[in-house]
Formats: sequence, C-alpha cells, structure tokens
Amino acid sequence: MNFKAIFKENPLPATMLLFCTLLVCTFLFLILGEIFSKGLSALSWSFIFDAPKNGMTKGGILPAIVGTLLLTLITTLASLPIGIACAIYLSEYAKNNTTTQIIRAAIRNLAGVPSIIYGLFGLALFVQGLQLGTSILSAGLTLGLLSLPYIITTTEEALKTVPQSMREGALALGATQFETIRDIVLPASIPGIATGVILSLSRAAGETAPILFTGAAFYVTGLPGNLFQEFMALPYHLYMLTTQHQSIATVRPLAYGTAAVLIILVFMLNIVAFMIRNKFRKQLK
Amino acid sequence: MVQAALVKTKPVIEISDLNLYFGEKQVLKNIQLTIPQKMVTAMIGPSGCGKSTLLRTLNRLHDLSPDARITGKVTIDGQDIFHKNTLVNKLRKKVGMVFQKPNPFPKSIYDNVAYGLQINGFPKDKIPQMVEESLRKSYIFDEVKDKLQEPATRLSGGQQQRLCIARTIAVKPEIILMDEPCSALDPLSTLKIEELILELKNDYTIVIVTHNMQQAARVSDFTAFMYLGELIEFDETHKIFNNPEKQLTENYIKGHFG
Ligand SMILES: Nc1ncnc2c1ncn2[C@@H]1O[C@H](COP(=O)(O)OP(=O)(O)O)[C@@H](O)[C@H]1O
Ligand SMILES: [Mg+2]
Repeated sequence: MNFKAIFKENPLPATMLLFCTLLVCTFLFLILGEIFSKGLSALSWSFIFDAPKNGMTKGGILPAIVGTLLLTLITTLASLPIGIACAIYLSEYAKNNTTTQIIRAAIRNLAGVPSIIYGLFGLALFVQGLQLGTSILSAGLTLGLLSLPYIITTTEEALKTVPQSMREGALALGATQFETIRDIVLPASIPGIATGVILSLSRAAGETAPILFTGAAFYVTGLPGNLFQEFMALPYHLYMLTTQHQSIATVRPLAYGTAAVLIILVFMLNIVAFMIRNKFRKQLK
Repeated sequence: MVQAALVKTKPVIEISDLNLYFGEKQVLKNIQLTIPQKMVTAMIGPSGCGKSTLLRTLNRLHDLSPDARITGKVTIDGQDIFHKNTLVNKLRKKVGMVFQKPNPFPKSIYDNVAYGLQINGFPKDKIPQMVEESLRKSYIFDEVKDKLQEPATRLSGGQQQRLCIARTIAVKPEIILMDEPCSALDPLSTLKIEELILELKNDYTIVIVTHNMQQAARVSDFTAFMYLGELIEFDETHKIFNNPEKQLTENYIKGHFG
C-alpha cells in the first residue's frame, strides 16, 4: 500500500504517527543546528591539531581528541573480548535454567545503572583498590565495565538471530559445538555484533561521569604517554569549558566547537557500524 | 514376515527398547527396529507421530534439547551411540543428515561443501577434488560449476537441497538421514532428489522420513509405519503397501491412496 492510500484509508492514526515522527526529527535537527551553527566558527585545522593555549581561551583540543580516542581503545580492549565471550556462553552453552535467567536479568539491569555509579565504583575498584591511580587505564576500565552489559546483551541478541538449523547443519557434519560457533554462528552474526558493539562504544566515548573521578583531567600538557597518566577527554573538556572555566563567555565558541567534534566522532563510529552491517549483509545474501 | 526379508541384509542400526520423553511427554514408545545396510528405509506416519524425533535420535541431535530424556539402546555398527566413550562428532560424521528445510550455510557454494571436509581433517590438497566429486554425485555440479564462489543462498530451493546432500556425502558418511527432504520443493526438484536417493543407496544406508506415500513407495526398500510414538509395523515396502499385517497400517495407507 502506498503512502496516499494509507492516509485515505484511515487519516487520523496516520497523521498522529507522522506528527510524532516529525516532532522527534525537529528536536534532533534543532540540537544539531544549534551546535553546528555556534561551533562552526571555532572549527579549523588548528582547533583539531593544536593544544589549548592561554588558559584554554585559545588554541585547539588535540589532547582531548587523542585522549578520547585512546580511552575508547582501552575501553574496547577491556570490554570486547570478555563481553563477547560472556554472550557466547549465555547464548550457546548455558542451560536455560533459573540461574541463567537471573544472570541475564542482572546483566540487563546493569545496563540501566546510572553512569555516575560506575564512576564511583571505578574509583573504589581501579583507582584505589587496585592502586591504578587516576589514570587513563582506570578510566578505560571503568568505561569497559559500563559498556559490558550493552555488549553482552546486543551480542546475545545477534547470536540468537542465527537460525538453529545452521547450528544443526554444522553439527550434523561432525563439527564440534566450538567449531560450529567459530565457523558458522559467529560469522553469521558479525553484522549484529559489530553494530551493537560500536554503538555501545560510541556511547561510552561520550560519557563524562565515569571518567570524572577515575582519570580525566582539567588540563594536561602534552598527550598521554603511558597508561598511568591522567588525560583530557572531549566530554569532560566540554563540561569544563561550559561550567568550570573562569571566563565562560569567552570560551563558549570553543565549547560548541568541542561539542561538534565529539558529535562528528560519534557519528563516524556509527557510520562505520552501518557500513560493516551493510557489507556483511551483502556477503551473506 | 520382515525377518525373512531381513535375512538377506546386514543390520547397521539396531534400536531396542527406545523411549524418548520431552519433559513429561513421551514421544517415542518402546521402539524396536533394525535398519538394514545400503537400503532405503522410509518412515511414514501421521504428522506428530515421532518420525523426526526418532531420526534425530540416531545422530544424537537431541543432545541440543535439554528437556529430552532417552532410555533404551541404539547401536550403529555394533557401537552403542549413547555410551559415554562415544564421540558425538565422530558419530555425526558417520551418520549424516539432510533436513526438511534446505539449510545451506551463509557461505559460498564451494565452502558449503568444503567446510565438512576441513573440520573432519581431510587432507587440504584433496579438498577441491572431493568437493567437485560430491557435487557431481549430487547432480548439481553442472548447474553450479561456473559460480562456485557465489553465496549458496542464491540457489533455488531444490538446488540448495542437493547442495546440502552434496555437503553431507562429502564427508563420507555411512548412513544418511533425510527428514522430509522434498517437502519444501517443487515436483521437478523432488523428482531429481528421488533419483539421487536411488543412486546413493548403492553406497549409503538411507533412512528417509516422508509424508508422501508415493515417494515412500518409489524410493524405499523397507518401510516403517509409526503412529502416536509407536512403531506399528516394519516390513518390506511392497508388503506394507500391498498387504500390511496391521489394520492400522492398512487404514493409513488406504486413507492416503484411496
Ligand atoms: N523439542 C521438543 N520439545 C517438546 N516436544 C517436542 C519437541 N520436538 C518434538 N516434540 C513433540 O514430539 C512429537 C513428535 O514430533 P515429531 O517427531 O516432530 O513428529 P513428526 O516428525 O512425525 O511429524 C510432537 O507431538 C511434537 O510436538
Ligand atoms: Mg517431522
């Protein structure tokens, strides 16, 4: 049925649904418009490739960009292998009994825990407990914990979309369960896994609260040289420029510029997720 | 009597006192059945009577369902398939399976057949030749020889099913289980698969579940009739179709033919 026909058949629900959709789009574009219109004047190559100068009223945000990229890398390394392993266990190996259900429910609930709580937990466990100090490592591990529930849940969903007949087909040829997962189930679910993982990571990359107490710094000279140093990160830098700086009004364009860079970074991650999904979809078809 | 007919054959699968429960529900009831080597044995019976369940017992696919409970004994070549020392992946290599819905892997046509060879440790340099051989034996080689690297899912249903047969025979099983292999196919593809089955029985023991009486009559040497989880009658196919011992068998056959 085409658009017009739907409207003709029953105009009221169609109109209301369309209205809601347009409303959502309006807000989305207002936000983006606001940020890019005000941040565009700050955006330049030197903004991206320079360090902050003159008490952060001039210069660029290179340390924050690099900090966020490194942080996301550590987050990925910390959460991806464990998260995928855990999802494989839950989806493929665990018996579907009460214990498994409780574990699964617990993981889903963890996804709803406010991120500031992860920050506190990271402070207690990594910074103080394991004596890693306020560092990019502590912050990355904390964000790793934050991402785990999402990675596990989305990976499990992706594994569940592989039809049981694929598993049976491989097993019936004499494949072990491990071979079946490695050669058939995982490759078939890579688009779903990659999308879920990248979306969780891009969410983690934009978090402020969990890195607030665990390693993000107001200002550091130079880029992080090792895992145990404090670092600058885009979301925290933005927070700082917007609310903590001594001359907020002067740095407002820089704050918008930082916001624009953060959004572009997150968008790029999402586009990668989208491309991976399409590439594999085509291959599987 | 079936005993007389079986004398000329060699038993390969021997099922005794087999019961299977899904939770509380008993799906197979005290099955006794001897399946002869290099013959086609058909399993017929109304939907839900346990044909697929019995078939999937033979390659231990019920290992995947935690609520399936099995008692009794099944031996293949004299080896107890439920024995704790039986390696289930070795058993499944020996007892291949073709499913009701064609289920090619989301890989290329070539890889679909090569996969089983790789995991079963066939020598690498022999694999291309073995892939071709299996595709030829399954009468699909000519149709796919120019597009071996294309995704298998682009093939038609009938081609996919013959590819699944090729992938099954590639690993050199002794027994091939087929669960309504033609039920999702058009008549022409069905005919091709039936011809293939007749060809394959020179080398393999075939157990085929079918809801199509004519098909059972055309391709099988022996037929087992099941009803509500019980094996009602097992005999040579012409006997089952022309002169069954049990009234129930006769009613079922007549209902389908008459
Ligand atoms: N995994 C399962 N769990 C519970 N019941 C099942 C399962 N598989 C099959 N059954 C039941 O077992 C009975 C026999 O099924 P099946 O062997 O598939 O019948 P057929 O192949 O003869 O049509 C049916 O009543 C079906 O509902
Ligand atoms: Mg069935």
